[in-house]
Formats: sequence, structure tokens, C-alpha cells
Amino acid sequence: MPVREAGSVKEWQRRTGRESLFHWVLWLIGIAIFAYCWQRISESTTWFFVWDAPRIANDIWTRATPPRWEYITQLGKPIWDTLNIATLGTIFALILAVPVAFLAARNTTPSAYFIRPIALLIIVSTRSINSLIWALLLIAIIGPGVFAGVIAIAIRSIGFCAKLLYEAIEEIDTTQVEAITATGASRWQVMAYGIVPQILPAFAGIAVFRWDINIRESTVLGLVGAGGIGLQLSSSLNVLAWPQVSLILLVILAAVVISEWVSAKVRGAII
Amino acid sequence: MSAPAFDVTSQIGKPWKKPPFVQNPLLRWGLLAGFIAYLIAAYMTIDVNWARVYEGLERGKQFVLAFTSPDFTSRSGDIYDGMLESIIMTVAASVVGIAVSIPIALGAARNVAPLPIYLICRGIIAISRALQEIIVAILLVAIFGFGPLAGFLTLSFATIGFLSKLLAEDIESMDRVQAEAIKASGASWTQWINYGVQPQVMPRLIGLSIYRIDINFRESAILGLVGAGGIGATLNTAFDRYEYDTAAAILILIIVIVMALEYISGIVRARVQ
Repeated sequence: MPVREAGSVKEWQRRTGRESLFHWVLWLIGIAIFAYCWQRISESTTWFFVWDAPRIANDIWTRATPPRWEYITQLGKPIWDTLNIATLGTIFALILAVPVAFLAARNTTPSAYFIRPIALLIIVSTRSINSLIWALLLIAIIGPGVFAGVIAIAIRSIGFCAKLLYEAIEEIDTTQVEAITATGASRWQVMAYGIVPQILPAFAGIAVFRWDINIRESTVLGLVGAGGIGLQLSSSLNVLAWPQVSLILLVILAAVVISEWVSAKVRGAII
Repeated sequence: MSAPAFDVTSQIGKPWKKPPFVQNPLLRWGLLAGFIAYLIAAYMTIDVNWARVYEGLERGKQFVLAFTSPDFTSRSGDIYDGMLESIIMTVAASVVGIAVSIPIALGAARNVAPLPIYLICRGIIAISRALQEIIVAILLVAIFGFGPLAGFLTLSFATIGFLSKLLAEDIESMDRVQAEAIKASGASWTQWINYGVQPQVMPRLIGLSIYRIDINFRESAILGLVGAGGIGATLNTAFDRYEYDTAAAILILIIVIVMALEYISGIVRARVQ
């Protein structure tokens, strides 16, 4: 136990001298890094605008309230598009994620040295790039529109779904698989009767969870031109129509809350 | 689940059939029909310009080929500045976000905080989680002007919602016995938090913080699209000018950094748990 001798009394300490020195140096390095980062941010900031910020925020608030309620009649189609982007994107993503997950799971992959790393690379690279970047890229390739949004959401979701799914596959109960194998089932029959029933609840949960996230992401895809309600948001921002912006933000907020509620209900029913 | 009475004699000689996923046949076919009707409706309203898509395939091929020869050099200055700014924003926002979310998490844990503070902190978390990063960034850019400060504030704000919620759940599910033992020794409130609560949630806090740094870096890559600083602006320019080799270089850098962060977070999490 680390103690300090203060005269004749031994006092309890949490750490030994060496440990506390180490901690002190670690904190010093951390604070130095943070100070450097802050200094760089502060250098590229126009501080006049920051001091002016409360006035600007107040100004935007007075312009944005009350929301222009009658504009909601024009938001029906964009909301439908947003829903389609999220749902179709999730469906495409799941169709592509299932084979990737089976190739990536240690217990079902045909080759742990050649195919598994490729599957893992697909998972990592699709996961680490945001759907807005995929949308930018697809717009440059196939042109703006809802279709680019669907594909962007689909690509982005592959990695997420495949990762959760392959973890579920790796955690399955092997005794059931062995029982099916012992009846003389072929490889595909083992898959269909031994593995798939075990991961089906996880699969359904992942699908709904990702659908919820995709609703959030598809609301902003329009900012880069990939369809949905984001298009309206970006055009309203460009003409500084703040009452419309505030209405669109309210609609997006409502969509996010509703989709989260639906997803929580469905997941509760499955599990 | 109670299995229905199984009549063996009537089943002999009949081949086994897999039980359906949804038991009620009306509901099963209803769901399927509704799903197909939705798919048709969705397909009808999406007008895909197949000629345009076909035309784009050539550019798509060029982009895929660009990944085999990414161009790190011709815009190396822009890429370096953008990446550095993204990393700086990530680090600063993670530090501030984590520092702010610890008190909020304590306030949002029902076994630590009194009811009024609990409600306020839960409210902050709900607001932060409901608003998306990119929308917050648009508003903050409008208020604070272009530059990394808006991005830094956006990421800090988003970190609060994520980290406080998960940390508060961890504090709520902690072991009460240890915390009470500290209290019984006559500790003050801060000592109680420091020696009773903190050691129990520390591994989870470290794990979550590293995971959040990872997310913040990924998000910082897109904030540049709305003018909030970072690599996003450079990436957007590269796409607009059809410089796919530069874009490929940036995307590869993002993937490599994210992979490195995931690798480090795996090591750290294995060590603290």
C-alpha cells in the first residue's frame, strides 16, 4: 500500500510516487495537445463573428418564427421520397450484407485466409465513409436524384449490418448445427436449418435498427442533391427562407422521433 | 412458448415442414401483401433515368480504377491541411465533449441526482440526440461563420448526447454495495463519486470515449460540406472537378485512419476490461 511518511505518522496515498509522476506527465501531454488544437482552431476563426453571434442567433430566431405552416402541403412528396430512400436502401443493404456476413464469420467462411480479409475490408471501408460522401460520389457518377440516395444509403449500411450479423453468426450455438449435420444434411441444408433460424431474430433486429438510422441519414442526403426532404431544406436555406427552414426542421424532428418509436416497438416485439 | 398438442398418429408418413416465422396465416399474408404493395408504390414514384445511369457507368469505372492509382501528390498541400484540421477538430471536440458529458451523465443517473436535475440533464441528452450533426453544423455555421469553430462546437454537442446517455445508463446499473461502503466510511459527496462511483464506470467510460473519438473523426470528414472545416471541403472540390484520383486518395486516408483508430480502441478496451 502506498504511504507517505509525514513525521512519525504514515498517511495513506492512492498512488506511489512513480505512479503519480507518470499520471502527471500524461496529463501534461494531454493538455499540451489540447492547447495546440485549440490554438489552431482559434487562429482560423474570425472572432468578430463569434462575439456577434448572440445578435445573429437572435436575428435568425425572429426570422424563423413562426414557421410557415402552409408550406407543409409541398413537403408530402419529399417525405415520401425520404421514406423510400431509407426503406429501399435498407433492403438493398440487407440483400448485400447477408453474403458478406457469412463470408466474414469465422465459422462459416469458406477460407479464413483469402476470403475473410476481403469481406472484412468491404465491411470496414463501407462503414468508415459517411452516406453523404457516398451520395456526393454517386451524384457525380449517376446524376442527382432519389436513386443516388438509395444506393448511397445501401452502400453505407452494408458494413454496419454485415458487422453486427457476422458477430451474431459467430455466437451461434454449435450443438444445433452439429445435430443437423449428423442427420446427413448438405452444406446448404445445414445453413438453412441449423444457422439461419438461430440468427433470424438478430437479423430482424438489425434491419429495424438500421432502418431507423437510415431515416435520419436520408433526411439530410438532399443537401448534396440526392433527393428527399433535404433538397427542400437546402433550397430554403439558399434563398434564406427561414420560416420554411424552421418548418422543415420540425418535420425532420418529427420523422426522427416517429421512426425511433417504431423501431423501439418492433425490436421490443421481436426480442 | 407452449407447443400445441402434437398428434403423432396423424403425422406419420407425412413429410416434415418448416414452421412459418409468423404463426397467424392472415397476418403473415397480410404483411407480405402490404410489403409488396409498398415496394410497387415506391418503385413507381422513383423515376430512374436509366440512360443517365448507363452513361455514368463509364465514370464509375474510372472512379473504381482511380482507387488503384490514387493521387496523393498533386493536391498534397490541401489534403494535408484538411486532414490536420479534421484531426484537430476531432481531438478538441472529443476532449470538451467528454469533459462536459461526465457531469451531465452524473445528473442523468437517477441513483445519483435528484429529480429536477435528472429531468434537465435528460432533456439536454434528448435534444442533442434528436438533432443531426449536419443540421447542427448548418445552424452553427450561420451563427458563428465558416471555419473549424463551428465544426468543433457541432462535434462537442453531438458527443454530449451519445456519451452522457450511455454513461448514465452505466452509472444507473452500478453495484450499490461498493458505493454505500464508501458512504459509510464518512466520505463527502465528491469523495463518494471519486472512490465509490468512478472506479466502477471507468472502464466503460474509456471504451465509450475511444469509440466516440472514432465517430467524431468520421463525422468531421463531412462537416466541411456545409463549411464547418475539415477534409470535407477538399473532398467536395475534388468530386466537383471530377478529380477522382485525388478523391480516392482522400477516401483511402479516411479509411486507413478509421481502421487505425478501431485497432487502437480494440487494444485499449481489451486492456481496461
